[in-house]
Amino acid sequence: MALEDICSFQENRKWLSASSVEGAVHSFHMTDNDSFGLRRRGNFETTPEAPLHFFMPNSAPFNPRSLFPSNQSATIRRPFPLAHGTTTLGFIFQDGVIAAADTRASAGGLVASPTVNKITPIHSHLVATSSGSGADCMLWERLLTRELRLYQLRNRRRLSICGTAKLLSFMLHPFKGTDVCVALTLCGWDKGAGSTDCARRSQDSSSLMEDSSSVAVSSQGDTNSGPKLIYVCSNGARLQGDVLSVGSGSPYAYGILDSGLRGSLSKDEAFSLAREAVFRATHRDAYSGNNVDLFHITEQGWKRREREELKDEYYRDMKRKAMIVEERKRLTGFKVPT
Amino acid sequence: MISSQSFGESGKMKEYHYSGPVEQRFSPYSFNGGTVLAVAGEDFAIVASDTRLSEGYSIHSRDSPKCYKLTDTTVIGCSGFHGDCLTLTKIIDARLKTYKHSNNKTMTSGAIAAMLSTILYGRRFFPYYVYNIIGGLDEHGKGAVYSFDPVGSYQRDTYKAGGSASAMLQPLLDNQIGFKNMEGVEHVPLTQDKAVQLVKDVFISAAERDVYTGDALRICIITKEGIKEQTIPLRKD
Repeated sequence: MALEDICSFQENRKWLSASSVEGAVHSFHMTDNDSFGLRRRGNFETTPEAPLHFFMPNSAPFNPRSLFPSNQSATIRRPFPLAHGTTTLGFIFQDGVIAAADTRASAGGLVASPTVNKITPIHSHLVATSSGSGADCMLWERLLTRELRLYQLRNRRRLSICGTAKLLSFMLHPFKGTDVCVALTLCGWDKGAGSTDCARRSQDSSSLMEDSSSVAVSSQGDTNSGPKLIYVCSNGARLQGDVLSVGSGSPYAYGILDSGLRGSLSKDEAFSLAREAVFRATHRDAYSGNNVDLFHITEQGWKRREREELKDEYYRDMKRKAMIVEERKRLTGFKVPT
Repeated sequence: MISSQSFGESGKMKEYHYSGPVEQRFSPYSFNGGTVLAVAGEDFAIVASDTRLSEGYSIHSRDSPKCYKLTDTTVIGCSGFHGDCLTLTKIIDARLKTYKHSNNKTMTSGAIAAMLSTILYGRRFFPYYVYNIIGGLDEHGKGAVYSFDPVGSYQRDTYKAGGSASAMLQPLLDNQIGFKNMEGVEHVPLTQDKAVQLVKDVFISAAERDVYTGDALRICIITKEGIKEQTIPLRKD
């Protein structure tokens, strides 16, 4: 087709690849050789049905056997902006993990949607807060949920959060260098492995440990269980931490979190700290705003708090400030100069 | 007509002054204008679009509506690049037929929305330049509106405007349907007649201020009885 030639599509590409769901996912590479020099691990090669099939317009830099000289850059210039910009945060405290996020999706200078869900439950003990491009995060969370469920069905146990992060990182690796922008924070609770390894370890260590029941000993012996917070990014970063904040509003959120976080926070204090951090970030960052979502993950699973409108919080804050000023005036006997 | 970079990123003509030699590049996209709007009520949904097809300073057609009927309970509105709109609706129709033949039932609005998300994301690296809004009834008979961005991110809304005049219409809808930024107002649920009248008023306003919107307004009202269509004239200048 004339249009195809001008846009220098590769001739051996399947045009309407979106219509086919079947086909191995490695055919996304669009060549017969492993152009990236890496083999897909694990489930992808054995899976007959691919979750997604991509149509690549021009991968001349990657494909040495390109038939057409590349007379334009590898990426097509998009005439529209995509949804970006956010404030999300997560932290671990004595009663589990708190995940919080704002709800604004901005595309360029326009608010594409004021009521987006940025925290998505993946399974009963894991939520992912998303930041970056909305469509990318939405789809990659779906793929991750699918892969975790398949793992659970095949192996009769849930994949650990570290394993989930690694899986996601490997799924994103082929897209490094493209403009896929995904920055997820996985917040969850790993169930202590009830396997014989753990029981044996607890028997050995119980002779050394002074106190506590066998349950506590096994969880202390097994470092993999308990609350977990891991950041995974499409650039390839995979970081575990106790306090993480991602997005354009994250510097402001970090300020509040670093000053207010203590090991001894109660549940309500933790909620109000998270809400305050998101509120302050939305106040200063133009690309964050509207509402705040709060999730709390414990050993029993995740629980969601009612979405809170930050406009009311702002008015409450203004009233509080006005009261502080009034109080100060009263105490110092300040007289307004006439 | 070849669309080149002289039309700039969003299809509006660039400033004409000499700034040195400029590389002329073919862009596979073009902006054909148009506005789409969808509103969901308790037991109805409305999808409306203008019917002007433009490019640059010209109008190609005054009778090119942007609402496409998918099933008896779902209508999609597509605005942006007309070529991609046509191809996308063809692909959706083909997928609907395949589903009907394999599963012996029609796709629900939510299923169509999820499918469209994956279709759009399949072209993540060479996107369809289309702003989609799906309006229809869900399995419980309630009105549903699903709004998309060009690469497939979507969510269910009560109302949404897309296309060239979306930035003008959306705040008005936020105020009139969402009762945003109004204090002490009773939140009355939207009736079908009031919604249709609101849509007409809103498009008349859009045609005043947006050059790519005008000519005529096509409204599709989806209820459990079926889909009714109305055409209202708008400004032709």
